[in-house]
Amino acid sequence: MLKIQNLHASIEDKDILRGINLEVKAGEVHAIMGPNGSGKSTLASVLAGREDYEVSEGEATFLGNDLLEMAPEERAREGVFLAFQYPVEIPGVSTTNFMKTAINQVREYRGQEPLDAVSFLTLMKEKMKLVDIDQSLLSRSLNEGFSGGEKKRNEIFQMAMLEPKLAILDETDSGLDIDALKIVANGVNKLKGKDNATIVVTHYQRLLDYIVPDYVHVLYKGRIVKSGTKDLALELEEKGYDWIKEEADAATA
Amino acid sequence: MSKDDQILEEFTSKEYEHGWTIDIESEQAPKGLNEDIIRFISAKKEEPEWLLEWRLNAFRTWSEMKEPLWANVSFPSINYQDIIYYSAPKQKATPKSLDEVDPELLDTFKKLGISLEEQKRLTGVAVDAVIDSVSVATTFKDKLAELGIIFCSFSEAVKEHPELVKKYIGSVVPVSDNYYAALNSAVFSDGSFCYIPKGVRCPMELSTYFRINAANTGQFERTLIVAEEGSYVSYLEGCTAPMRDENQLHAAVVEIYVKADAEVKYSTVQNWYPGDKEGKGGIYNLVTKRGICAGDNAKLSWTQVETGSAVTWKYPSCILKGDNSSGEFYSVAVTNNYQQADTGTKMIHIGKNTKSRIVSKGVSAGKSQNSYRGQVHVMKRAEGSRNFSQCDSLLMGNNCGAHTFPYIDIENKSAQVEHEATTSKIGEDQIFYCTQRGIDEESAVALIVNGYCKEVLNQLPMEFAVEAQKLLALTLEGSVG
Repeated sequence: MLKIQNLHASIEDKDILRGINLEVKAGEVHAIMGPNGSGKSTLASVLAGREDYEVSEGEATFLGNDLLEMAPEERAREGVFLAFQYPVEIPGVSTTNFMKTAINQVREYRGQEPLDAVSFLTLMKEKMKLVDIDQSLLSRSLNEGFSGGEKKRNEIFQMAMLEPKLAILDETDSGLDIDALKIVANGVNKLKGKDNATIVVTHYQRLLDYIVPDYVHVLYKGRIVKSGTKDLALELEEKGYDWIKEEADAATA
Repeated sequence: MSKDDQILEEFTSKEYEHGWTIDIESEQAPKGLNEDIIRFISAKKEEPEWLLEWRLNAFRTWSEMKEPLWANVSFPSINYQDIIYYSAPKQKATPKSLDEVDPELLDTFKKLGISLEEQKRLTGVAVDAVIDSVSVATTFKDKLAELGIIFCSFSEAVKEHPELVKKYIGSVVPVSDNYYAALNSAVFSDGSFCYIPKGVRCPMELSTYFRINAANTGQFERTLIVAEEGSYVSYLEGCTAPMRDENQLHAAVVEIYVKADAEVKYSTVQNWYPGDKEGKGGIYNLVTKRGICAGDNAKLSWTQVETGSAVTWKYPSCILKGDNSSGEFYSVAVTNNYQQADTGTKMIHIGKNTKSRIVSKGVSAGKSQNSYRGQVHVMKRAEGSRNFSQCDSLLMGNNCGAHTFPYIDIENKSAQVEHEATTSKIGEDQIFYCTQRGIDEESAVALIVNGYCKEVLNQLPMEFAVEAQKLLALTLEGSVG
């Protein structure tokens, strides 16, 4: 589904990603872990098409198409979803209105008729249950005055609405208490299927207790320095990142 | 070129979509302004002697006044002798129905998407259409007449209801109020008149579409609304204008007289030609709008969505004279390219326990300048008065300006006055958040701006709100990336 080869990216002439190789197949869950500043969020942003970053080298294909050539909205319409680490506030625009605009633009792109009000509300009700989100929250201005947990739940709700092929969760666990974490993870798990894939970007192993990954990759200084199964995450939890840093630094020295 | 600049560039290359001219032979006055021209206008309109005298008095007053220079706008000084002060579309007789109206005229309305037939049939809105200073069609008059509501062109009101016009004209905006109001008083061409009798609730939105036409014709509209005790009316004013190179002057006056327990809502969507992307051409919109809550518990509410004009100078105001009366001002002003807007309100608290609320949302893009100027004046007698003001500015790009000039004069210690102001920029983060969900950039900007203006747009009647939202989207297409 997603194939990344030797991806280099920088911001303001500072290299962040320095040769990422990763392949994600349908039905898989990949966790990207790593110490702060290793480039985890940058990878998520570059894949989603944030313009601040410049890709200097390498390539990324999504379902065989050149992902990096696509505008952010095209990527989204093709099925790439990013759950933001810091969801943005949009005053005066309700989640409902926001989602309606988004879904109908995606549908138009796919040559489908726009959803009428009734079908849209039916869809919304169905997805609300998934993440245990309240109607009143969806009527409020998007993310404005939301608690950390509400913001993240709202991200997963949007993901449920848009039914992406590839979902990238950027530090979705940050700022969540254990109950909120469970709700969010539960939502993600319900959305998993054989035709879609998930990339979970996280600093801590905690989230991976609930969203169990098929593969775990450790990012350090802009490269994937170690890959393994969920056991690797547990090892990191126990030993921290220092041993990986030492290994990686020794290898490049 | 950064993303911002690039999109701004696309935005500024956007042409005005309502650009064309109608070819209707105008019957017009020679250029220039003097007492003879005023006599010509008055004679053309078959006005009574008192009105001619009133106009002449206004002209003499105006001749001794100087143009105000305090507003945060700059434009080449207007040569008032180079303007044609009267022009009327040729018509054989006053039309009794749309069938009698010049088909070319009707076609123009169709281009604007405001076909009178459509309006009449679909929305139930009574429309008093003004093209080139003379009303050509008035609808739903019979239905309104049953309730005793008068809704007609100003000229017609002068003929049919001279006693009302004489009583109220200049009662809210005196001839000598300001330079442009004096000019309007001298040369006003036509406009609308609305009278709601005691205790009557007007069952429909009253609506006027303005259109500026023949070249070099200043447009001097005059609107007078009188709401008798306990009555209610919601009045809509909306306008677009054809593309043209020379600047066009528009100096309108709107007067609203609200008696005890009555309520008037006045909504405007203004989309006159703003000039091209180099700042050439465009309308000078120098307007005086004021209402008085003359009786106790009277209520007056102004809502405006201003997207057009090269220069806007406009302060819809409320004089809160009656005890417990209240005034509201909800405004969205969008400027782009080289547009300049200096707009706001005045809330004059005279009566006891008077309340006012000001919500102003400015959106500046391109190289435009957008100023809020507002005055809250609580007079000595205005015990227990309250005001709340909120002035927000939204900036797009790095070449525009947003300014706020609040004036607060309090002469009564029991008054409560609150003022809040914010300035923000549409963030790339917000845009990216939208595009990541599959929304294209233009729709994202429209969504964000409409959200930002929601509090004001919510005040508009339904059909107007939809139009206003489209207008905002149109004006700001591609403005930020």
